[in-house]
Amino acid sequence: MEQIVFYILAAVVVIATLFAVTERHPVHAIVYLATSFFGLAVIFYLLLAPLAAVFEVIIYAGAIMVLFLFVIMMLDLGHPEKVKRPAFRDWWPAVVLSLLILASFAVLAGMPFFGPPAAAAQIDIRGFAAVLFRNYGVAVEIISLQLLFALVGALYLGRRR
Amino acid sequence: MIVPLSHVLSLSGILFSLGLVCLLVWRANLIMMLIGIEIMLNAAILAFVGGSAAWGNADGQVFALFIIAMTSAEVSLALALVVFLHRRKKTVDSDEFRELGE
Repeated sequence: MEQIVFYILAAVVVIATLFAVTERHPVHAIVYLATSFFGLAVIFYLLLAPLAAVFEVIIYAGAIMVLFLFVIMMLDLGHPEKVKRPAFRDWWPAVVLSLLILASFAVLAGMPFFGPPAAAAQIDIRGFAAVLFRNYGVAVEIISLQLLFALVGALYLGRRR
Repeated sequence: MIVPLSHVLSLSGILFSLGLVCLLVWRANLIMMLIGIEIMLNAAILAFVGGSAAWGNADGQVFALFIIAMTSAEVSLALALVVFLHRRKKTVDSDEFRELGE
């Protein structure tokens, strides 16, 4: 049952991302991308990571996508529906490169390298927080400093002269 | 672990390739380039969460949280840059920003 849900969600995520990539109106692309992120959040839940799923919905689909929407609507982009899609000569190098990456990836995934899957262990919030603050406390400090720097930089770039 | 790790990693690889295609194809549009970077970072998060589920420890989820926090910092700064550039030249076409000075 859960396997079927996983594969359906994987198809939803890939198709929504495909639409987002080929869409030329940025607002439509953002909406497709939010759909893809919701599907990805449910996949995280199926992969025994409910906390990552919640963060994905709150921060990615909630905050970052809304920030994108605000900025796109704030900028006067003219007529985005009249923007022409990139020509074929723009598409083929990207497609060839990504097919190369996918082919090498398929070779790697086919190897018996990953071993049998371990017994599923639900990681509760207590264990997550213990690992986060006990083993990676310095990284938490660095990431908070990074958020502060980003805030100061955004304020500096956004001021009116 | 409900599905083999290789299937999760394959989904992650497909998403990463789609993000790379978006970044390379739309290299004339700053906003679509940022969307491609978002897709690639999400593929990385999916790989971390899949590894965390396969080996049953929390480190992968912790790194997923770090990537999400890093992305929010990156997006806020990048969108501030986009607003700044749009205010100067009234466009988000990256070909217009060839010279470093005014």
